[in-house]
Amino acid sequence: MIKFQNITKIYPNHSPNGPPTIALQDVSFQIEKKEFVSIVGKSGAGKTTLFKLLLAEEKPTYGRVFFEDVDVHKIPSKKLPELRQRIGTVFQDYKLLLSKTVYKNIAYALEAIGASDKEIARDVPEVLEIVELTERANNFPIQLSGGEQQRTAIARALVHRPEVILADEPTGNLDPYHTLDIIRLLLKINQFGTTVVLATHNKELINILGKRVITLDEGKIIRDEERGRFIL
Amino acid sequence: MFTNFQRIFKSGWAVFSHSGSSNVATIFIIVITVSLITSLFLLKDVSQFLTSSLQGKVDISVYFKDGAQESDILNVKAELSKIAEVKEVNYVSKDEALSEFIQRHQDNPVLMASLAEVGGNPFLASLKIKASEASQYQAISNFLDQTLSPTYKNLIEKVDYYQRKPVIEKIFSITSGVSRVGVGFSIILAILAILIAFNTIRLAIYNSQEEIKIQRLVGASNWFIRGPFLVQGATSGFFAALICLLIFALICGIFSSKLEVLFPGLNLWNNFTSNFWILLLVQLAVGIGLGVISSTIAIRKYLKV
Repeated sequence: MIKFQNITKIYPNHSPNGPPTIALQDVSFQIEKKEFVSIVGKSGAGKTTLFKLLLAEEKPTYGRVFFEDVDVHKIPSKKLPELRQRIGTVFQDYKLLLSKTVYKNIAYALEAIGASDKEIARDVPEVLEIVELTERANNFPIQLSGGEQQRTAIARALVHRPEVILADEPTGNLDPYHTLDIIRLLLKINQFGTTVVLATHNKELINILGKRVITLDEGKIIRDEERGRFIL
Repeated sequence: MFTNFQRIFKSGWAVFSHSGSSNVATIFIIVITVSLITSLFLLKDVSQFLTSSLQGKVDISVYFKDGAQESDILNVKAELSKIAEVKEVNYVSKDEALSEFIQRHQDNPVLMASLAEVGGNPFLASLKIKASEASQYQAISNFLDQTLSPTYKNLIEKVDYYQRKPVIEKIFSITSGVSRVGVGFSIILAILAILIAFNTIRLAIYNSQEEIKIQRLVGASNWFIRGPFLVQGATSGFFAALICLLIFALICGIFSSKLEVLFPGLNLWNNFTSNFWILLLVQLAVGIGLGVISSTIAIRKYLKV
């Protein structure tokens, strides 16, 4: 489903004589449909860069990224929204619109892709139920706990029924209780058939998951195990 | 499709209303630009009116002495009509001259009182001569001075020459000069308006960065992300055009009667109302056009999707 083929990403240094930053170096791996894959590594290991490359927000210096056999960097910019609608994203800082309620934040994702009012009225309550936020629908993000905010972000990522969820450090700002809550939610989403790619540096979390783990270190894959553990 | 448009307009309106004071600067400069262009448009009409009213005026008036017989005057008229340069000769009798005067000045009590004071009919019979071209005055003048038989010549009290050519040329040169300067200023102001509106939209894009990021994340179309900023620019232009229309309605309404005293027949208000739709169209096209151009430049430069 997702294929990174000999990916190297080099960021030029802002100062003219400084050395360039190598974010990823000859990275190759594949993710199958319905898989739950964790990408682990220290901060700056290149996890976020992988996600940006898959979403075509960044171009690789070398190599190719495929989504369903299509080279994402050959997709014309007009067609990129279609790719992004098939991939839901969740971030550490939630990226919610503070001026909108939970319901409106989720509905906004559907509005942006041109869903009808009828579809919005049907789908938003459904996804609110999945993330167990029905009762918080009319609250603003500021009135929610970190875990609830992240569940709102997950609901927003889920609402247009993507084939993949990319979760970039989704538990980075959460306490252990809410961390487990979010992971349980991601596992549930995965059980429904959505591919989940989780980027994290939370060791305990990875060790209890018992799922495939890809370990990155200084832009290189140093380990790719079916039932992996966090070892660095 | 319609729902999408509706959402883009709604979101554009939200961006516009959040931009607050920077919109004021944008609208202000667009109002000035649109006003200048509207003035040029109206100036064209005024100059057309002035020149056409001058062109319609009599070139030469030959006034005959009080005792002159109508048959003699008509003979002179017939002689004059034979000259190739003469386009038209009209006979105005004493009575016609009087009734024409009364009709024109019946609302002016001072003139009417003076007429009553003078008593009888103080007007002279006359021939109004129009030349085919202003340059042909000389030929007609020569005829009256030299070729006309002395019998008829003695009947002439005075000859008034109306030098329309230099006046028309002057009006043309003034209006074309004003138009040239106006067009120059309009271009400068339009550039200024684009720059100011561009800056407002740039700020709006900057302030909406979080929202744009989220839109991109959820796969919003490029049009959905960019559209609201186009709407913002167009909205500024739309309001500027409406303000401008209001200003011109007020100016034309207030000054129309005063200007008519100076230039009889020139009714600015009628001019405004009869050209209302075209004026509205010009103002909206210029206002919205400027807003949309600015938005497009700002979007291309600062909003990568």
